[in-house]
Amino acid sequence: MIRAENIIKRFGEQEVLKGVSMEFLPGKTNLIIGRSGAGKTVFLKILVGLMEPTDGKVWYDSVDFFSLNKKQVREIRLKVGMLFQGSALFDSMKVAENVRFPLDMFSNLTLAEKNQRVDWCLERVGLTGAHDQYPSESSGGMQKRVGIARAIVMEPKYLFCDEPNSGLDPRTALLIDELIQDITYDYKMTTIINTHDMNSVMEIGDNIAYLHEGRLAWEGSKDEVLTSENELLQGFIFASPFLQRLRAAALKNG
Amino acid sequence: MNFNLFYHIGRYILLLRQAFAKPENWSMYWKETMRQMEDIGIGSLVIVALISIFMGAVAAVQFSYQLDGTLVPQYYIGYIVRDLAIIESAPTITCLVLAGKVGSNLAAELGTMRQKEHIDAMELMGVNTAAYLILPKIIAAVVMIPLLVTLSAYVAIIGGYLATVPTGALSSDDYERGLRAFFQPRNVTMMYVKAVVFSFILTTGPIFQGYYVRGGNIELGKASTNAVVFSNILILLSDYLIAVLLTG
Repeated sequence: MIRAENIIKRFGEQEVLKGVSMEFLPGKTNLIIGRSGAGKTVFLKILVGLMEPTDGKVWYDSVDFFSLNKKQVREIRLKVGMLFQGSALFDSMKVAENVRFPLDMFSNLTLAEKNQRVDWCLERVGLTGAHDQYPSESSGGMQKRVGIARAIVMEPKYLFCDEPNSGLDPRTALLIDELIQDITYDYKMTTIINTHDMNSVMEIGDNIAYLHEGRLAWEGSKDEVLTSENELLQGFIFASPFLQRLRAAALKNG
Repeated sequence: MNFNLFYHIGRYILLLRQAFAKPENWSMYWKETMRQMEDIGIGSLVIVALISIFMGAVAAVQFSYQLDGTLVPQYYIGYIVRDLAIIESAPTITCLVLAGKVGSNLAAELGTMRQKEHIDAMELMGVNTAAYLILPKIIAAVVMIPLLVTLSAYVAIIGGYLATVPTGALSSDDYERGLRAFFQPRNVTMMYVKAVVFSFILTTGPIFQGYYVRGGNIELGKASTNAVVFSNILILLSDYLIAVLLTG
């Protein structure tokens, strides 16, 4: 379980996060949604510890993350996997080397054991046989899969995904969503996804938090999104007149 | 302005302190150091050799012209080319050129890694990025650049020979006699002191610029340019200081 407690973040005079508190449950896909500039990325960076909050705490189970020393932070990070928006694959390394990198750095496994683990991860994300490709030779969807394989290679307890669907076609985006959800359920991870993709919200949002102008404006599940009366949320989800008419019709017909 | 200068100096020192931390995995650091040695050392062989041969040749031709008709013996050309190469051109000019080639490359590499979130990705894995990305580069430079400087000194002397002996400006015996005349081993020590100091400057300056780059491609370009400009200024400044300290 990960818990954010009254997170405030200021950049000079500008207050980006204004006291956000949230709890992210294990074995569920937790989505953070919101408009561009709502503070989602800053919030995610604070959750993973890439940025320090001006005030507030982040708890990993019973551990206050920002009170830890460097060694303890590294221990926590060995339990964290992250899929970056641009995948962040190392260009000079092949797919298999990218996935094996955390194992090479931190595990005492033999090369054969590491390769076996890499094979398993690549098979899990549907990329059997892509070992020797370079990231530049792979499509956007493949790069995301490799990013997921690298994120899960150390068997993390917590999985973070920053805009996993950005730049992907709707079909591939759905496949990536399903993959993240399957992995979350299979390994009981605490998964936190930062997105503004409405397909993701409707398909995999077990727990959804809507950020608006640096505040938590709404929290609920994918089933509650459609029926919520929260105007800020409805203004975000049903932004186009077409969707507004669709929602009105759906509510009218029960 | 002064405050900014102290801020950057402080940040630079803190970055170096992080870089000299105990590696998480020695074999990974060794592999990365070897890769950097190949990039910095083997990758710079041709340009260093090319520049050095012309430096030696030009020095020989110029001094041959200057000494013509004077009472100074012609074999002094060999002596001047040798000492010019050892004391100044091999360490300083080579490192100024390498600041452009290697320095801008390091700044661009780290800057791109920062922009593409590679550094964040490694941090999140638990890697001490300051150490893993910086220490191998510094070690590779401090080992390989003095070797390149040695090569540069030899090639410059060969360049001087090729520019004077085959053209008939000087006999082979005279050139060789000049090379053997008035040799002071401490000049070689000075060459290596300069090579080590300059190689440290031309790697850590650009690394600092690239590691902390913020923004887009324009900022990355600026960081790369600043890396070369600052490295060159610091190399020339330290060249003067080393000359004062070691010849005083």
